[in-house]
Amino acid sequence: MADLLAIQGLRTWFHTRAGVARAVNDVSFAIQPGETLALVGESGSGKSVTAYSILRLINEPGRIEAGKILFNGTDLLKLDDKGIRSIRGDRVAMIFQEPLSAFNPVQTVGAQIVEAIRLHRRIGRRAAYHRAMELLEQVGIPSPAKRVHEFPHRLSGGMRQRAMIALALACEPDLLIADEPTTALDVTTQAQILKLLKSLQAENGMGLLLITHDLGVVAETADRAAVMYAGRVVEEGLVATLFTRPFHPYTAGLLASVSIDDLPPGARLPEIPGTVPSLLVMPRGCAFAERCPYAAGTDGCLDHAPAFLPVADDHRVACFRTPPTPRPPLHAEATGEAAGALLPLDAAARVVA
Amino acid sequence: MTRNRIPAVARFLRRRIWQVVPVVFGIALLNFLILQLAPGDVVDVLAGEAGAATPEYMAQLRASFGLDRPLPVQLAYYLKNTAMLDLGFSFRQNMPVLQLILERLPATLLLMIAAMGCAVVSGVVLGVISARFVHRAADRAVSVFVLVTYALPTFWLGLMAIVLFSARLGWLPSSGMTDIGADLGGFEYLWDVARHTVLPALSLATFYLAVYTKLVRTAMLEYFGADFIRTARAKGATETRITLFHALRNALLPLMTMLGLQLGSILSGAVLVESVFSWPGLGRLAFESILARDFNLLLGILLFSSVMVTILNIFVDVVYAVLDPRIEL
Repeated sequence: MADLLAIQGLRTWFHTRAGVARAVNDVSFAIQPGETLALVGESGSGKSVTAYSILRLINEPGRIEAGKILFNGTDLLKLDDKGIRSIRGDRVAMIFQEPLSAFNPVQTVGAQIVEAIRLHRRIGRRAAYHRAMELLEQVGIPSPAKRVHEFPHRLSGGMRQRAMIALALACEPDLLIADEPTTALDVTTQAQILKLLKSLQAENGMGLLLITHDLGVVAETADRAAVMYAGRVVEEGLVATLFTRPFHPYTAGLLASVSIDDLPPGARLPEIPGTVPSLLVMPRGCAFAERCPYAAGTDGCLDHAPAFLPVADDHRVACFRTPPTPRPPLHAEATGEAAGALLPLDAAARVVA
Repeated sequence: MTRNRIPAVARFLRRRIWQVVPVVFGIALLNFLILQLAPGDVVDVLAGEAGAATPEYMAQLRASFGLDRPLPVQLAYYLKNTAMLDLGFSFRQNMPVLQLILERLPATLLLMIAAMGCAVVSGVVLGVISARFVHRAADRAVSVFVLVTYALPTFWLGLMAIVLFSARLGWLPSSGMTDIGADLGGFEYLWDVARHTVLPALSLATFYLAVYTKLVRTAMLEYFGADFIRTARAKGATETRITLFHALRNALLPLMTMLGLQLGSILSGAVLVESVFSWPGLGRLAFESILARDFNLLLGILLFSSVMVTILNIFVDVVYAVLDPRIEL
C-alpha cells in the first residue's frame, strides 16, 4: 500500500541565542491509510516538534532544515503558502493537548467549527452551522444544537476535547495528528476520548498520528509505535513487538519503568540512570550511549551515531548491538544514583500489555 | 446567547446606577472641601476688576452670594442643592451653572469623541502593523513615530500644528468651532465644524495614540504565540484572517480596559487643547472659572464631569462584557 504520510530525514532545528537546538534530527517514519502510529517519547524528545513540522506550524526561531514530508506523494515542504493552507484542516487536521487554550475564547465553539468548514468548502453559513451540529453529535456531545452556540469556557474539559475533535473532523481529513490529546484530561475522560478517536477512525478510515508520553495510551490505541529520544527515532515497529521484545535499550528502559506491577512493595522504582543530553550539545555518537548499559567500553557507540536499520520485518532500530535477540527488561542493570524517573507517575501507574 | 444577555445587562445597569449615587456624593463633598483651601473668592476677583471696591461693598457682595456664612452651612446648602440637581448660579457669568455647562458640553463631547475615535482607530491600525511586522522596518517606523508624538507636549504640538497648517499652509482654521460671522446651515455648517475639529482633535489624540499603539502591539504579540492562533493556523486560515479575527479580536479587550481608565483623563487633557485652539468647551470653561474664582461654576463642572466619567465607565463595562463572553455582568 502507498504511504499516506512518509517523513524522510526530517530536521527541525531551533536557532536560539544559546546555540542551535537540534529538536528533530533525521527523523523518518511512515503512516499507512487507516493506521494509528504512536510517536512516543519524554518531554523534549522532539515528538511534538515533529508533529508540528508536518503542517509547517513551526514558529521562529525554529526552522525545518532538511527532509521530505510526503503526504499522498506530495512533499508538503515544497508547497507554497497557499498550497499548505489548502492541506491544513482539510486533508490533515490536528488536535491539541490543551483544549481550553486551543479554542479562541471569544468565539463560540460553533463559529470556530464553521470557520474550519468554510475555509475549505464553499457552503453557506447556515449549512455550515448545521454541519457543525452534526459533527458535535458525532463526537458524542449532548444537545449539540445548544452547545454549538456555547463559548469554550462553558464546556467541561472532556467536552472541549470532543469539540476540538469535531473541529478537526470538519473536512473529513485523511490524517489526524493528535498532540497529547488526553494529557490534560482525567483518567476516565482519557479513556472515553481514546475510544472516540478509535471509533471515528474506524468510520472514516483516516490515519492517526498519536503523540504521547503515555505508554498505556500507546498499548490501547496504536498499531505501530516510534520511540523518540533526543530528536531521533530510536526504534519503530508494531506495538505488540515493541512491548514484548523491545530491542533498543532506551525502549526497554521505558517499558521497565512502567511495568512496576511485578515489583515487591517498597522496592525502588526502576529508572534509566543519567539524564537526556542537551539538544544544544549533542554527543558525537549515539545520544543514549552515556546512559546505555551496553555502551560501556564500546568505542563505536561514543564515536558514531548508529544508523536506523531494520532488525526484523517492520521493526527498525538505531543501535549498534547487532544480534536481534529478544532481551529481558532493564530492571537488573538499572541501578545507581540516577536523576528522575523517565516517565510521569501517571504513566507508570498504567498497566502495560 | 446575545438574546439572553439583554436581561443580564438590564440588571447590571440597575445595580450600577445605584452605585453612582454614593460615588457622586463623595466626589461633591471632596470637591467642595478642597476648593475651600484655595485662597481668594469670586468677590476678590470682581472687586479687583472693578478697580475701586471698598471693604463694605465686598462684604455686601459676599453676603448677597452667601459667602459670609459658616462653612458647614455653605456645605449643607451646596449638598442640598446638588441633591436637587441644582448646580447653582455663576455670579461671574451671570447665568445658571447648568445652562453654562450644557451650552459648552456638545463642543467638548465632539472633541472627546473625535480625539478618542482617532486615537483608537489609528492606535489599532499602527499596533497591528507593528505586531504583524515585528522587529522589521515598519515596526521600527511606527515605534519612532508614536514615541515622538508621545514625548511632545500636547500644547506645543497644537501650537506647531497651528503654525504649519493654519498660518503657513492655510489649510485648516486655527481656532474656534465655527467661522466667526459665517451663517451657515445644514451640510455646510457640519463641514465647517469638521474642519475646525481636525487640529484640536488630532493634537489631543496624539498622546493616547502612542499608548494604544503600544498596547495593541504588545497584546497582539502575546496572542500570536497563543494556542488558539496555532489552532487557527492548523485549520488553514490565512495570516490576515488570523491577525484580524483571532489576534486583534482578543487584543481589543485590554484596549477597552485602558480606554475606560482614560476617559476621565481625556477631560483634563481637553483643558490644554481647548485653550490652545480657543475651543468653546468645558475644559476652557473650567480653566476660566478657576481664574475667576468662580467656585460655583467650577464645582458644577467638576461634578458634571465626574458623573459623565462614571456613566461612561458603566458603558465601557457593558461593552467589555459584550466583547468578552467570559465576563459575567
